[in-house]
Amino acid sequence: MERLRRTMMYVPGNNPAMLADATIYGADSIMFDLEDSVALSEKDAARWLVYEMVKNGDFDNTEVVVRINGLDTPSGHKDIEAMVRAGVDVIRLPKTDSAEDIHAVERLIEAAETSIGREIGSTKMMAAIEGPMGIINAFAIASASQRLIGIAIGAEDYVTSMKTKRSPGGVELMTARSQLVIAARAAGIAALDTVYSDVENDEGFLEEVQLIKQLGFDGKSVINPRQIGVVHEAFHPSDVEISEAKQIMLAIEEANEKGSGVISLNGKMIDKPIVERAERVLELAGFGGGQHV
Amino acid sequence: MIIKQNAMAGTLESSDIQISLAQNDHEENQIILESPVKHLFGEEIEKVIRSILAKHSITGVRVKAIDKGALNCTIVARMQAVIYRATEEDIKWELE
Amino acid sequence: MYRRTYEEEFTIIPEGNRKSPVIRAVKPSDEKLTATIREAIEKSGLKDGMTISFHHHFRSGDFILNDVMAVIADMGFKGLKLASSSLSAIHFPLIDLIKKGVVTEIHTSGLRGALATEISGGLMDRPVVIRSHGGRARAVEAGDIAIDVAFLGVPCTDSYGNANGQSGKAICGSLGYAKVDAEYANHVVLITDQLVSYPNMPASINQKFVDQVVVVDRIGDPSKIASGATRFTKNPKELMIAKNACDIITKSPYFKDGFSFQTGSGGSSLAVTRFLKEAMIKADIKASFALGGITNPMVALHEEGLIEQLFDVQSFDLDAAVSIKDNVKHHEIDASLYANPHNKGCMTNKLNVVILSALEIDTDFNVNVITGSDGKFMGASGGHCDTAACADLTIIVAPLIRGRIPSVVNKVDTIITPGSSVDVLVTERGIAINPLREDLMALYKETSLNIVPIETLEEIASGIVGPKKDIQHTDKVVGIVEYRDGSIIDVIKEVK
Repeated sequence: MERLRRTMMYVPGNNPAMLADATIYGADSIMFDLEDSVALSEKDAARWLVYEMVKNGDFDNTEVVVRINGLDTPSGHKDIEAMVRAGVDVIRLPKTDSAEDIHAVERLIEAAETSIGREIGSTKMMAAIEGPMGIINAFAIASASQRLIGIAIGAEDYVTSMKTKRSPGGVELMTARSQLVIAARAAGIAALDTVYSDVENDEGFLEEVQLIKQLGFDGKSVINPRQIGVVHEAFHPSDVEISEAKQIMLAIEEANEKGSGVISLNGKMIDKPIVERAERVLELAGFGGGQHV
Repeated sequence: MIIKQNAMAGTLESSDIQISLAQNDHEENQIILESPVKHLFGEEIEKVIRSILAKHSITGVRVKAIDKGALNCTIVARMQAVIYRATEEDIKWELE
Repeated sequence: MYRRTYEEEFTIIPEGNRKSPVIRAVKPSDEKLTATIREAIEKSGLKDGMTISFHHHFRSGDFILNDVMAVIADMGFKGLKLASSSLSAIHFPLIDLIKKGVVTEIHTSGLRGALATEISGGLMDRPVVIRSHGGRARAVEAGDIAIDVAFLGVPCTDSYGNANGQSGKAICGSLGYAKVDAEYANHVVLITDQLVSYPNMPASINQKFVDQVVVVDRIGDPSKIASGATRFTKNPKELMIAKNACDIITKSPYFKDGFSFQTGSGGSSLAVTRFLKEAMIKADIKASFALGGITNPMVALHEEGLIEQLFDVQSFDLDAAVSIKDNVKHHEIDASLYANPHNKGCMTNKLNVVILSALEIDTDFNVNVITGSDGKFMGASGGHCDTAACADLTIIVAPLIRGRIPSVVNKVDTIITPGSSVDVLVTERGIAINPLREDLMALYKETSLNIVPIETLEEIASGIVGPKKDIQHTDKVVGIVEYRDGSIIDVIKEVK
């Protein structure tokens, strides 16, 4: 059962106060950022700060993600080395355009893992797609590496390259979002949506969350703790969905005990997709182990 | 180890510590600490700063630290940053 | 005067009668208006060694205390006992007066600023006596504090002494603390910057208690007495703590139609009101009353029909000060009715829920709201121990760590409120229930709230901040903390 990634909270990497408090808000994942939120002159300082925090911190069940600088910058290589050594769960690559971008990072990760004796493959990856080339290559990117646990869309850069602006309803992102989810599903990894920057607009945020949930996204990046509850609630299954899921799992259990091969419930056959969906519902409802409800 | 140039790292924001490093004219490392929690953590902060200097075998520097309630890992991180800015060397991972 | 040490919350049985002021007749031809403060002091019969009092309704915008004390010092008085309901940073000129021997004893709810630091450093020979709001009212009524002359600043009064805080150039709303002094002091001087025609109604302070009225240019700085409306915090950590505190309330047996509550005015405490409102609307529950220091959010809930009545001992902002005048069910109450444990029923007795803050709380749930991490005075006893003792559900809200200072410790530096009064501690890293409340422990265990032992919170805090040094005290006692019933619950020692 893949872990929940309903919310990925974005934390600027050069801010000690925010880094220290990152875990208290109950996000499923935390993303420490070394890229856009950190000034050029501070890349080194931020890298040490995130390194020390990650190495020494206690994150319980929260997934620790670090967004590194691209390999086309002086910082990228150093970021990878430091973060693998720190023991991050996931390295997130910005502005991914092709499968080769993934491979290049993966080689560096593997080199770092080898040199420190960390289990090869233990450092996972995520790719942020922020431009049209990335969308076109979405499936290639999504299937480029075993380490890849998900792909995300970065809307701000994307709409800029598309020569348009973000709007409520997000019609300018419709295709990109759909392509991303399709690619993610085909590759069997997670699909994450972009940040919603208008923190004061509760209504607009909820609308966007409901939209991307319906599109099939696994979750969304958040930039303010108050957005977390909204997302978790939106992803929380209804009582009807929960009781149906419980019934399905019960039917499976009974069938297993009886040793019967074909399982049916209420006249409908229960096959693998239905079971997986039921498991997913129960996980989202908080019946899985150790997730933030 | 002698530092190449004076350097500074960190900010004056809450929970941070701003550290300036400069070469002194005598062997002993000198630490000047300003902190709103000096009465509670003054000794501990100094201990952390000295341990990082020792790790890098740095002597004869003056460290000016303006603390705003930083936790130990922040102090370590800012010390690491300021030392590498001052020495301009590649990161010595074997020291970590 | 009780000089027993504190044992338990409601053990002391008071004896004797309430003390009363001297009887004085004012004839129809007598004039109460006095031209200057100096003349008023002369007429008051003030002598060396007497007790004088002030109130703190003007908070950091108060001019009265400093202005009156300056004249008193100039007139050569010595050895006075100062019994102000509280003191703030603006009262630093007292440092000089203490050094000159004008003031040799202080009774107050709290100390702040340079005055606080100096006293912590051993400025005074006699220790300051710290009392809660209810405790001060008890002491005045019992005669433990025998006020000779009360100097009471009032936003408006007529020439005969009918005064209120609701009109004038600098309104303050409730005069709850002043009312007690007016009733019990031997000699009462009102000082105003707004003289109005006779008779001035409503009379929060009544003419039959007043000896003199003095008109000055300014009683204080209006912007610091009652400014704007108190806004809810936007700090995500404080909001999270507030949301959790609200859940504690709504999942308790006390959250039902007609319940009563009080909140402090700090970030998290006040923000609880915001979440409570949503819960009250959703559950169709109305509060019968809210108590205490009243702020704009309380007034808003009252005007929206969610709180039936407000009982106000101190109006914290302009909206509250205006509301007390305009809203007929927003009542002014005096400090004795508010929280005096030795009368036939103070309002805190009727509190279901109170939300308070803390500088420190220890693993026995004792709370310190008066001395900081450096052991120096920096806060006030206020209504903390009064409300905590009486409320059915006492919730402390506090961030686990402030800067690098842990709020949960093994032993607090100063006990203001004993742990037996405290039921729940809500921090951003967990909620602790006092083991004395087995009923609550069983109740909240069934919820999805993150309940942990308070020892765990202390460990988490000290794990995060690292090893810290203890405060170095000398043996000199600079403060005596009197519990609301007059017993001594703690002492404050000089900081080295």
